[in-house]
Amino acid sequence: MVEEVFRAEYGRAVSVLTRLLGDLDLAEEAVQDAFATAVRRWPVDGVPPAPAGWIITTARNRAIDRLRREAKGREKHAQAALAHHDQDEEVPDVPDDRLRLIFTCCHPSLAPQAQVALTLKLLGGLTTAEIARAFLVPEPTMAQRIVRAKGKIRAARVPYRVPRDADLPQRLEAVLAVVYLIFNEGYLGRAELEAEAIRLGRVLALLMPDEPEVWGLLALMLLVASRRGARLRDGEIVLLADQDRALWDADLISEGHAVVRRCLRRNQPGPYQIQAAINAVHTDPPTDWHQVVALYDQLMAIAPSPVVALHRAVAVAEVEGPRTALREVDTLDLDRYHLFHAVRADLLKRLGEDPRAALEAALERAEHPAERDLLRARLRLAAAGQQDGADDHR
Amino acid sequence: MTQKYLLSIYQPDGGTPPPDVLEPIMRDLGQLNEEMRAKGAWVFAAGLHPPSTATVLRAKDDGVLMTDGPFAEGKEHIGGFTVVQAADLDEALEWGRRLAAVLSPLSIEVRPIAY
Repeated sequence: MVEEVFRAEYGRAVSVLTRLLGDLDLAEEAVQDAFATAVRRWPVDGVPPAPAGWIITTARNRAIDRLRREAKGREKHAQAALAHHDQDEEVPDVPDDRLRLIFTCCHPSLAPQAQVALTLKLLGGLTTAEIARAFLVPEPTMAQRIVRAKGKIRAARVPYRVPRDADLPQRLEAVLAVVYLIFNEGYLGRAELEAEAIRLGRVLALLMPDEPEVWGLLALMLLVASRRGARLRDGEIVLLADQDRALWDADLISEGHAVVRRCLRRNQPGPYQIQAAINAVHTDPPTDWHQVVALYDQLMAIAPSPVVALHRAVAVAEVEGPRTALREVDTLDLDRYHLFHAVRADLLKRLGEDPRAALEAALERAEHPAERDLLRARLRLAAAGQQDGADDHR
Repeated sequence: MTQKYLLSIYQPDGGTPPPDVLEPIMRDLGQLNEEMRAKGAWVFAAGLHPPSTATVLRAKDDGVLMTDGPFAEGKEHIGGFTVVQAADLDEALEWGRRLAAVLSPLSIEVRPIAY
């Protein structure tokens, strides 16, 4: 029970306490104190009727106690902030506290890696050790990264507020990028990062319901995550066309489709919404490739990039054939990207040409073990002169 | 309660631009400084002579060692700086952004002053 409340309420509690105390470290300590108290007391006294409120009030009281004990003039501003709060008084919950905290964690003056780590730690309640494991860095390195970012927030006075309207589009883009990065990190790896990203996406959608791209990102994550169970078989990647649809998560798909329809009604398309729509088509088999190409055309119009053009070419191959697709792929400057070579290999094979050099190039550049295994398997098949499957990795 | 920030202007070594390029830049810079003063943000500003005019001092053994400057080797050095006071980093970054626009393509480093 405490664990459940911790997952759901940690971020909210830290954000409220940050507003009250004016300091992230003090807020975190107080909230952790409160959860430690809950672990001792709830099994004995029973779970309080409003667990989240109990945590926040307890954290606030703990912070007051601590500051009174340490009345050495340290954190004067925090004491001042607490001066007009009496113990046991209800702590008002300002609805956008978490939103302020998200914008602080994802402030563009912080390095992207630090933004990700702070968001997971302060809003997701992950421990430094968990974050370090998820990103395959030693724990002291991650601890140092977090300490440094918090030090900068304090010294440089990174503001604790939602940006003004003029800055909001750009700042929101950074927040969405952090959430999507967390999601992608979990894509072939740790399921809890994927789940955490979706949880953050839901919080954002709740707090910023009028931002269409917030919904777009949520739908995109839901639809990609819906295929998680079918994505790997014995640690090996299963391509979309070969996936067992019975393993797709029907609830996530119907929720994702509903959000995509909501976006379509609003008709303010953005990159995340269009990618969500593409995934909606993929999760509604058989895939309507004409529609996929049309959606990629739309994506290229508002957010052109060689990677988008590569994915578009994959769809073009299904509509106009591999010859046209290969011509388009060969114009792209993506030599360093393993999927560029993997897509070329597939198109070459479908044209009856030897894909081995392209597969070797892909293998040289791929990093993820599951992707490398897949490429090796395709190389073996190519060497045996056999046919293999489709090309879309999702 | 305000915080002071140092806005350092990083400039590639080599001569100053010709007058017809420099003049409008200096005019814009003067205007920006005026605006900072009007908003109560301006604390101090200075432009520096080239790094080749710098001298470096460091205490060593029983004396102070003197060398021809600048301190750091490199292709870029601080060409000038502005100190502003602001409510938070966003406000300081906004002044930094304006400074960067006036002095394009030079880089501006924004750093909080501790005391």
